[in-house]
Amino acid sequence: MPKLTIDGLEVEVPHGATVLQACELAGKEIPRFCYHERLSIAGNCRMCLVELEKAPKPIASCAYPAADNMVIRTDSPMVKAARRGVMEFLLINHPLDCPICDQGGECDLQDQAVAYGFDRSRYAENKRAVPDKNLGPLIKTIMTRCIHCTRCIRFAAEVAGVPELGATGRGEAMEVGTYVERALSSELSGNMIDLCPVGALTSKPYAFVARPWELRKTDSIDVTDALGSWIRVDSRGPQVLRILPRLNDDINEEWISDKARFSCDGLARRRIDRPWVRRDGRLVETGWAEAFDAIAARLRGLAGERIAAIAGDQADLESMAAVKDLFAALGSANLDCRQDGARLDAARRDFYLFNSTIAGIDRAGAALLIGTNPRWEAAVLNARLRRRWLGGKFAVGLIGEARDLTYRYDHLGTDPSALHALLGGGGFAEILRAAERPMIILGQGALARPDGAAVLAAAWTLARNVGALTADWHGFNVLHTAAARVGGLDIGFLPGPEGRDLHGILDGARSGEVEVVLSLGADELDPADLGRAFVVHIGTHGGPMAARADVLLPGAAYTEKDATYVSTEGRVQRTERAVFPPGEGREDWAIIRALSEVLGRTLPYDTLDELRARLAREERLAHPLGGGCVDLAGPSGDPAAMGEAPFASPIRDFWRTDPIGRASPTMAECSALFGRPQAMAAE
Amino acid sequence: MLADKDRIFTNLYGQHDWRLAGARARGDWDGTKELIAKGRDWIVEAVKDSGLRGRGGAGFPTGLKWSFMPKQQGERPHYLVVNADESEPGTCKDRDIMRFDPHKLIEGCLLAGVGMGAHVGYIYIRGEFYQEYKHLQHAIDEAYEAGLIGRNACGSGFDFDLYVTRGAGAYICGEETALIESLEGKKGMPRLKPPFPAAVGLYGCPTTVNNVESIAVVPTILRRGPAWFASIGRPKNTGTKVFCISGHVNKPCNVEEALGIPMRELIERYAGGVRGGWDNLLAVIPGGSSVPLLPKEICDTVLMDFDSLREVKSGLGTAAVIVMDKSTDVIAAIARLAKFYKVESCGQCTPCREGTGWMWRVMERMVRGRAEIEEIDVLEQVTRQVEGHTICALGDAAAWPIQGLIRHFRPLMEERIRAAKAGRARPMPMAAE
Repeated sequence: MPKLTIDGLEVEVPHGATVLQACELAGKEIPRFCYHERLSIAGNCRMCLVELEKAPKPIASCAYPAADNMVIRTDSPMVKAARRGVMEFLLINHPLDCPICDQGGECDLQDQAVAYGFDRSRYAENKRAVPDKNLGPLIKTIMTRCIHCTRCIRFAAEVAGVPELGATGRGEAMEVGTYVERALSSELSGNMIDLCPVGALTSKPYAFVARPWELRKTDSIDVTDALGSWIRVDSRGPQVLRILPRLNDDINEEWISDKARFSCDGLARRRIDRPWVRRDGRLVETGWAEAFDAIAARLRGLAGERIAAIAGDQADLESMAAVKDLFAALGSANLDCRQDGARLDAARRDFYLFNSTIAGIDRAGAALLIGTNPRWEAAVLNARLRRRWLGGKFAVGLIGEARDLTYRYDHLGTDPSALHALLGGGGFAEILRAAERPMIILGQGALARPDGAAVLAAAWTLARNVGALTADWHGFNVLHTAAARVGGLDIGFLPGPEGRDLHGILDGARSGEVEVVLSLGADELDPADLGRAFVVHIGTHGGPMAARADVLLPGAAYTEKDATYVSTEGRVQRTERAVFPPGEGREDWAIIRALSEVLGRTLPYDTLDELRARLAREERLAHPLGGGCVDLAGPSGDPAAMGEAPFASPIRDFWRTDPIGRASPTMAECSALFGRPQAMAAE
Repeated sequence: MLADKDRIFTNLYGQHDWRLAGARARGDWDGTKELIAKGRDWIVEAVKDSGLRGRGGAGFPTGLKWSFMPKQQGERPHYLVVNADESEPGTCKDRDIMRFDPHKLIEGCLLAGVGMGAHVGYIYIRGEFYQEYKHLQHAIDEAYEAGLIGRNACGSGFDFDLYVTRGAGAYICGEETALIESLEGKKGMPRLKPPFPAAVGLYGCPTTVNNVESIAVVPTILRRGPAWFASIGRPKNTGTKVFCISGHVNKPCNVEEALGIPMRELIERYAGGVRGGWDNLLAVIPGGSSVPLLPKEICDTVLMDFDSLREVKSGLGTAAVIVMDKSTDVIAAIARLAKFYKVESCGQCTPCREGTGWMWRVMERMVRGRAEIEEIDVLEQVTRQVEGHTICALGDAAAWPIQGLIRHFRPLMEERIRAAKAGRARPMPMAAE
């Protein structure tokens, strides 16, 4: 542990720390532009220069390894002069167009110019101007503002794994760009906007919308995938204007996917903002009381087995618990939260969780992906897999569609026969067996199929065979795509004894045995599967299910309610209300509670806190995260029953997987751009 | 004056055969096997004892540099890289070495390879040196054919492979870490130091980068003994050096002389003197474009070696002596150099990227006198803000010529500004390009 003296303070730092990190430990703020904790060190902005005793020149603290007995000064005249000098250089060719710059108010250059810069310019020459680049529908560029810190280049190459950005030209003529102009093909590209210390890369949809000090900032959780990334919702008045990542090293570090970041403009479009009831074949606007009466009238005298409920991908835990309780009161066991029909086994919690945990990827020694395209199903998790792969000694195997995952992998096959071969040992199974802490990641594409239960059992058996299930490491992982799924499984939003599962419900709806279906935001269902059933849909956005509904009730999106979600690794997290639902919209649990009263089966909770007290009694939600595998016995399926159909990821269009994304013009633009083949420059 | 028998580069003017037969006739490849047999430590010690300082500009002791290489080869191979990207304006010594005496370099590479435990050497040659590249490659092929390099080089049991790579015309690729980047196929941008190349260099392996001349003199030093080399020149500035004399002299030339020769003697004896006589001298840039110029008063007495030139706040650099007589518009001359550095800055780090352009623009105005007198101070401060704040030495190289100009010719700059303000005609004819 090297000991240094920084401005007279002695600090001890871990091995491998840089002088900049040592200065931070000593409580000294070091200005920087190019340095970023999660990117490689470039050392090119020269803002972090400090004085090292006996060195003839100031040193770049971000790149200089801390060593024993160094004496560092961060406030000497030499350091101050160096910072002033660098700041002056950065500003001579910077346009200083802060009044029209979207970075204004949250700009590193602005802040540091105030703290370390001159108060006037001595530069009398003409400033440089740089043509703007078109990087696609998400990132707006004003390249004249660029200070060449290369954070975006390093992010693209290192974290996102799409080395599409680079610097062309040299000296003053250096420009950041893609060389042949094209949109960035990363699902994480929005993070470059956060990384850019100036206003060179800003959010295109958010351009000229608001200033940061006008925004109300609400900490929340992302629900566009099942990772539960930490986000901050920035709103003004009734509108969510943008979404930014929050720091959480165990989940998303400081990245979020473009879908999480940019689909928020869908929150204000195509909203269901009042109850609707179908009369004479047409949906007509109505009030809450009339809508509830319509439901009550249809349910009157109906036996429990003739009604059913299906929960969607973004349903929160509270509303699912309320529906479950209501259906119990109505005497129905026809419940399912597996909207995609995945053959998940809820007998034990570790049958459906990402047991290694997301942070556990960093410790894993090898990974096998089955029927999943993590780049689209969980973009941030994929970046972590890539980082682990870059770290070396990390073999990745894939059974399923061969896609560019930003890291190299052994493509073992596309269908269950490859998995079957691994069960026989040899090949990649040997690599998994030899690796310390191997992981098997099972996607929904491998489960949402008739032989899903068999695949699930086969994957578990393989995990057991290769030693992935030990007392201190659980290498069996299910990667979910829906934020609601694990929560639903945890509280048992599943068919009870004699109850129908999703397939049973749909069969029943087609045959007429199920007469009423309650859809709790089950927007991904095909309305044609519901036959002639009476559909009550609680939703947020217009779409096929809303159009099919007989009673349509306006719910709240995830930014509009205090709600609980359980992530794919089993982490129980809460969103916070940033804005109110539009119009007559209500929080979903409250709708169920009100409906229960009309139905004469009043639920025993009047407030969210009372409902959460009921949730607190759910045993599985209190389970700690991670840990090893206690019981080696596997799910009930029979591995031998696997079929032959190739695995396919459930996500066909990354940008439009949920009602919010489908309502978002930005996501539509992305989908249109990336959905079609990219034009290539003729080489 | 250096005696002919003490000259190392005996074919500097290309009068003789540059191929293997000619090189052997001049004594190259003589007893190389025995030199190798004396071992790695002996070679390094001999180079240390000779006092050889790097000939590429910085003057770092070559033997010391070699001793930084790990003593034992671990998992990673060691590499020797020869910097033949000679691009410093005014410098043309490596060019003639490779053109007329390539075997000196190749033999030097082998011996240096032994000295640092490197079995592979790369010569990174400036892309524009096409003829030199052809000669060098031909000489390497000859050496391979004669068993002098390659497997069991010279029958010594030491394997040594040598490759030539051509650069693409960037001045910055003469900086050792930028050269390594370029050699790896990346954009030539200097790396951060530490780690130094001796620890993490080419492909992440221990690497030593040496100038062509530093390597090419090694065989002769080893053959004639370090004491011989150390006896030439002045203490701590020993040995012979190829000087490149250009500019306003009657006979521009390359010449090998002892370090420490008086500048005046060097110019008058070998280059036919300054055009119009010594009294017509205005200033001299003694070591290639990146060192500060010296006015005539200093040139009268200064000695040409590392330490003497440092004492007068200049440097030996690559020993490219650029002579300017009184017809020169010295401000325009330095402005031209400022433009060179502005164009050649890699753009990676802030002070150099922004500062070189700023300095050049101000210099252009200074040439016409379209400035304020106080701006000379601003310009001086800008050079100080660039100097020492950059990743590599290009920032320093861009700042020093301007600092030298202000140090020695400030009255001229002020006069130019006053003349322009007064609307007087430009006082000076121009001969700077």
